[in-house]
Parts: sequence; structure tokens; C-alpha cells
Amino acid sequence: MSSANGIVAYAGYVPRYRVQREEMAAGLGAQSGPGARVVAGFDEDSTTMGVEAAAALLATLPEGDRAPAGGLYLATTSPAYADKANAAAVHAALDLPSSAFAADVAGSARSGMAAWRAAAADGGMAIMSDVRRGLPGSGDERTGGDGAAAFLFGDADHAVAEIVAQVSETAEILDRWRAPGGAAAGQWEERFGVEAYQPLAERAVRAVTDAAGGVAPDHAVVVSPNPGVAKRVRRLAAGAVSTTGSPVGHAGAADAGLGLADALDRAQPGETILVLSVADGCDALMLRVTDRIAAARQPHPVADQLTCGIDVPYPTYLAWRGLLEREPPRRPEPDRPAGPPSARGARWKFAFTGARCLRCGFVHLPPQRVCKGCRAADDMVPCPLARSAGTVATYTVDHLAFSPSPPLIEAVIDFDGGGRYTLEVADAAPETITVGTRVTLTFRMLYTSHGVHNYFWKARVADTQAPGYRQATPDAKRGADHG
Amino acid sequence: MGSSGIRDRVAIVGMGCTRFGEHWDSSAADLLVDATEELFAATPVVNKDDVDAYWLGTLASGQSGMTLSTALCPDYKPVTRVENYCATGSEAVRNACYAVASGAYDRALAVGVEKLKDSGFSGLVRSDPPGDGTAAELSLTAPAAFSFLDPAYCARYGVHENDMREAMTHIAWKNHANGALNPKAQFRSGVTKEQVEQAQVVAGRLGVLDCSGVSDGAAAALVVPAEEAHLYTDRPLFIKGLSLVAGAAGGASDPAYDFTTFPEVVHSARDAFAQAGVTDPATELSLAEVHDCFTPTELVLMEDLGFAERGRAWKDVLNGAFELTGRLPVNPDGGLKSFGHPVGASGLRMLYECWLQFRGEAGQRQLDDPRLAVTHNLGGRPGNCVSFVAVVGPDRTG
Repeated sequence: MSSANGIVAYAGYVPRYRVQREEMAAGLGAQSGPGARVVAGFDEDSTTMGVEAAAALLATLPEGDRAPAGGLYLATTSPAYADKANAAAVHAALDLPSSAFAADVAGSARSGMAAWRAAAADGGMAIMSDVRRGLPGSGDERTGGDGAAAFLFGDADHAVAEIVAQVSETAEILDRWRAPGGAAAGQWEERFGVEAYQPLAERAVRAVTDAAGGVAPDHAVVVSPNPGVAKRVRRLAAGAVSTTGSPVGHAGAADAGLGLADALDRAQPGETILVLSVADGCDALMLRVTDRIAAARQPHPVADQLTCGIDVPYPTYLAWRGLLEREPPRRPEPDRPAGPPSARGARWKFAFTGARCLRCGFVHLPPQRVCKGCRAADDMVPCPLARSAGTVATYTVDHLAFSPSPPLIEAVIDFDGGGRYTLEVADAAPETITVGTRVTLTFRMLYTSHGVHNYFWKARVADTQAPGYRQATPDAKRGADHG
Repeated sequence: MGSSGIRDRVAIVGMGCTRFGEHWDSSAADLLVDATEELFAATPVVNKDDVDAYWLGTLASGQSGMTLSTALCPDYKPVTRVENYCATGSEAVRNACYAVASGAYDRALAVGVEKLKDSGFSGLVRSDPPGDGTAAELSLTAPAAFSFLDPAYCARYGVHENDMREAMTHIAWKNHANGALNPKAQFRSGVTKEQVEQAQVVAGRLGVLDCSGVSDGAAAALVVPAEEAHLYTDRPLFIKGLSLVAGAAGGASDPAYDFTTFPEVVHSARDAFAQAGVTDPATELSLAEVHDCFTPTELVLMEDLGFAERGRAWKDVLNGAFELTGRLPVNPDGGLKSFGHPVGASGLRMLYECWLQFRGEAGQRQLDDPRLAVTHNLGGRPGNCVSFVAVVGPDRTG
């Protein structure tokens, strides 16, 4: 495993849901900022969004060339589990070989850069993903954002962007902190952080520019958990073409990654990108985009994802984040998924792999030994369908079912090429579904029971046929383009 | 189907059935005692000690034969507990029938009981073995699963959704009207069509009044060899055919299945009708008790059981074909919809209505000289179910 010198593929993921800041302010009798806050769905967490970003990245690579040479590093400040590697679930959802290393790099915004360094060192994949919670009325609630980004590293010959230089500064500064598991972060007076971070950022910019041979950035991406720092440092490090921050607002460990994914969406061959991440020090990266970028851009640029949001009412969002407790339906809570059956069926549960009968072709979801088509026993091959599309055969909206966000929308999906399963529908308003609606799959967290997250796949209305998706208002666009 | 049939080999000679409903004052054991004591009181030639073996049907109100033996205290008799989803009560009587037909026992008692109202939850509560959390049945409720039938039926037969709504409403209205005539029904008041359509939505287009009643109750049947039936009563109920089919969940996995039919019902009906010598159920039957767990279920069952042509049941429903005065009365006792659905008891309750009708004891809803009846009991959900069909009649050579 040689040290990798460039990014060979990338993707950013912006969840669909938006809370209008005006509505947040109205609900709390507070001041309103413009635009909308990007929020993860009730069934998304740092693990599922990491899968979204990584799966989008792998989809840009040729089939058969999708296993990273190195490890998989999942960075987040909002790990779904402690004491258990969340990266293992991502690894399973991506159906990667068991020989691949996968581990979490969790804790602080800087974990994103740690994953970057680890993956760059061994030709692996850095996945940065975060759900940022904040108390109602807080700055984190208003100007934070949820999302994920993924970067695959490899040698310079295959790079879409070379790593020209990379420097770091570290300092112990009590600017942002949170007790493990706490809902909301603390922040010291903003101006203290601005003063403390500025010299570090200045040194880092000088050092990375020197290390890059004096080259000036065409694009600059400047992010920090401290909004004042982000604003001040942008003046030190403006790009000739663009200077941007995090596309969704402060997104924890995903902040720099989402900003860089957005820059890669736009940058032209030969242009340079400076990434400055100011958190517990300062990390500065200088990248140069190669000719290969044109063919390797993610199909859904970050900016496009920002424009197709679905508004969610503020109280619903608060309930999603556990900040507002709703009366549950008069139904029992579901059982927790059990360990042994989840492990036996890991390729089914996590990678949506069924079984195809070798005699008659019947596709079984989940896999089973005796064919429902021809009754032959033990003559099956695995049939991975996580990337398949399908059609709604019939559907319903269940107002009685237990759901973290009722009502539950469920549809019978017939997959292209065979196979049927009944799945929940993600990111959907009931009116967006009908018999014949085309869907793809998305990895989600169905519910949590007794501390165990139930991960599985849901159907999602295929983008082109989603009447429920509306263009964001100009305000929402501006607001989401927080910097 | 390979079953050679059970026609006229066994008979039911005594029955008991509690009122169905919210029995806050009664336990499952109380309900078992109520149903069986009623049976013995009405069948004075036998007492508890004359029963050779018991079959207990309950989905979730107790485990093992002990649930019955601790309640009824029979004298060291065999008690088998059976469970087959919502067809549990029919499964109890089916096993009792085969036990008697085998010659091993002279008197077998089938009892079904369910105590649903102690859970505090709405609808049925499942108890599943530990799993990987991916089964749709874990999250999707029964009304939601059956609501799949509605848009699928409309799509397949080009039925306008308003016509479908009207047919579903008619079924709820009819079964409530029937139940209003039944002193043992959970709901003893009719409902207007407006009430049905304006009821709170539960799943899909199904409102609360499209759903069967969640209730407590018990029912019991004493099964004896057919040739001895008249020793117990002058009006026995003879078993003409019994069939139970468990699907392979083919519909849940096969894109060819379109949610407008229950293949399990078609197969079990074919088998039971063949045993009974029924060739045209639409004209040969006097009444049918069917598993109207939700209104679209009854609609689809009319076709699967051969009471209506494919794609036409909605019209027959609206024309009144299945009302008390129609060509084939369906659920004259109010059905699951209005009589209520204490799961383990329901299959036996269906037979109880046939029992009353054949004896001329059905009161205000008495049909004119019924000669042949069907009970149909379904467990599971569209695409993934078990189905039971019985054909019964008042004469040994019917």
C-alpha cells in the first residue's frame, strides 16, 4: 500500500429536508435569519449519510474497480454508536470485501481531517458525515447543517485532484466543546476564538503557500465551527475565482469535505483549491485539479442537491432530533434487531443482497434456500440489488404503525430484473407515490429500540419523477449557501 | 390437492359463544369457562368429563394446553393448543374434526379464545421471534397491509376509486346492519354510509369503520362422529369439507402477484368445495361467513370464493347481492366487522352462526331454510397468508 497523492473520486451528500429559519424564529419568538437550514431526515444519521456519500462516490467508478486499496475511515462528531465501529455498518452497506479495514474517527470537527490524512496515507476512503444538533434558538440550530462527503485516494496518475501541499497547526483553545452524548455544544465568546485562531490560520496559509511553491489559490474553501473565524479567515485566503464556506452551514466533521466537494463540482482542470479548516488548530490543503475532473464529477453536484429541498415543519424537526417528545401511537415499540440473525443476514440487511435461483431465475428477497418459483433447493447465487431501480406495485400510508415520524409510507417494490419487497418510502410526502412510481434505494435507520439502531434500506422516489420536490426559494438558496 | 375429504364423517353437536366485545371484567380463562359452560348447558347429554380431548385456539392469550386445562380443570385430558394467525379458531375445530374422524376419540371439544383488550394498544399486537429487523410485517400494521388491495383492485379492473369506496362502504354498512340484529355482536348499532366514509383514517383509504372490531371473546364446538350426532341433538351441523392452505409468501416476493386476490383462498376453497361436492358456490350456498377483517378483504373474497365473477364483485356488492335479502347472504351475523374479532375465537364464531341458522335460532336475521353454508377464515395478509374454508350443512346426505 503506497502513499496516495491525490483524490481519485469524491461525492457530497446533502439531505433533502429543510427547516425555514423564519419558521424557527416564529416558533420561538426570536430573530429570523434568511433561508433554510439543511436537516437530516428522522431516519438519517452519520452512518446512513456516510453510506449515501460513499455510494455516490463508488457509482462514479467503473464496476469492478470499486474496492478501495486502503481503509475506510468514517469521521463524525455524531457517531450513531460508541464502543462499536459505525464504519463497519458503512462497510457492510457498501458491500466491501471483509479484507478492507474500516474504523471510526469520531469526536471533533477535526476528525474529518484525521480521516482525510489516514485515507490519503493508505489509498483508502475518507467519509465525513455529521448530524449537527443544537438547542432550539441556538446558533448551531440556525446556522449548522447536516450532510456528508466522501473522498477516495489513489496515485497521482488517476487523480482528479492532486494534493500539492498540506500543513497543520494545533492549539488547545476552549472555543467549542460538548460533553460526550450531549445534545448541544458550548461555545465561548465568539471574538475570543477569532483572536486565538487568526495567527494560526495566518501561519498555515503562509506555510501551505510556501510548500506549494508560492502558488495562489483559484478557489478557497474556508470553514470553522466558529462563524466569526470563518468570516475573518476568508479575508486572509481569498481565491481568485471563488471563496466559499460550508455549503450547508457548519457541518462538524463533514464541514471541510462538503466545501471541497462543492469546489470540485465547479473547478476547472489546472485550477488550485485551498482548503482551510480552522478547528482546534488549522489544517491547510492545497490541491490542483487535473484533466480527469470532467469525467469524474459526481452526477448530483452539491449546489444542485441544495436546490431540491422539502420543507419540514419546525416542530416535526424538533421531534426528529429528540428535542420535542411527541405522543406515540397506541402501538407497541418494535423489538430491537437481534445480533445473530443480523449477522447471518448481513449481506441482506446491510447490502440488500437477495438470491437468484439458478434453475428458474426467481429473485428472492431476502435470500432463501428453497425457490418460490420452481421449488428447487440450494441452487441460488447472491443477487445484489442495492443499486437497482424498481417500480411501485402498490402502496399505503399507515397512520396506525409505530414510526419515529408518522405516518409510515410503505410500498411494494418490484425491482427491474426481478425481485419484490415491501419497503418504507424515504423522504416522501404521501402524494408523491402512486402505482407505477419509479424508485431507487437508500440506506436508512428505521428506528432505534433499546439502544440498537435498525438499519435497512428504504425506497426513494427517483429524482426525475418526484413531483413533491420543489425548487427552493431564492431565499432558501441564499441562506443555505452559508459562509 | 390431495385431501380425500371429511364429508359427513363428523358433526358439531353443541356450541357456545360469548358476546364479543370489551370484556374488561373477564379474563381469557373466564371467557373459556363462559363459552364452554354455555355449550354444556345447551347440550345436557354430555358433561365436561365426557370430553375425550380438547383443542384450544389462541393467538396470544395464553400458551400451551395449560391455558385451557387450568381454566376448565378437565380430568387429566389431552389439550392441544394451536395457532395459525387469524385462522386459529378454525384450526382448533379442524384438528378436533380430524381427531374424531380418525376414530381415536368419540368427543372432541374445540375452543377458541382471545383477550385482546388487555394490551392497551390499538389493533393486533404481534409477538415475533428475534429477527434482523427487516421484515415488513414488523412495521406495517394489518389495516395497512390489507389497504394494498384497494388501489390494486382499482388499477387491475379499471374501477373508479369512488366506486371502490362506495363498495367498501356498502360492506361496512351491511355488516353493521346485520350485527345490529345480533345480541352477541360487539357493535349493535347500524352505521350510516356517511359515518363510514368520514371515519378517522387508519391506513390508505381505510377508516376506522372499514376495520373489524378489536374484541375479547370465546367460542366452543363439540365434535362427534356423524353417525352418533343425533344422540346429542336433533339438529347437528355436519362437516362437508375442510381445507387449510398455507402460502409460501409467494405474493410478497413475486412481482406476478397483483394484490387483487388471495391465491391461498382460491386453493382452499377449491379443495373444500371438492370434498363437499359443491360445483357452483354462488348458487348452491345459503349463506357464507367470511373473513371480513377489512372491507376490501370481503370484496376480494367474493371473487376468490367464487361468489362473484372477477372484477365484478364491487357491482354485486352495490346491487345488494350479499345482503340478508340478497342472493347469497354474507356475514349475516355481522362478521368480524361488527360481531368483532377476538382472533382465536373468530373461526368458531363463524360456525356458530351457521349452527344457529340451521337450527332456526338466528332471531331477527334468520334466513329462510338454509341448507348449505361456508365459513372462510384468513390468517396473515395479502401475499403472505393461510386460508381456511369449511363447508357445513344440517343434513348428513346434503
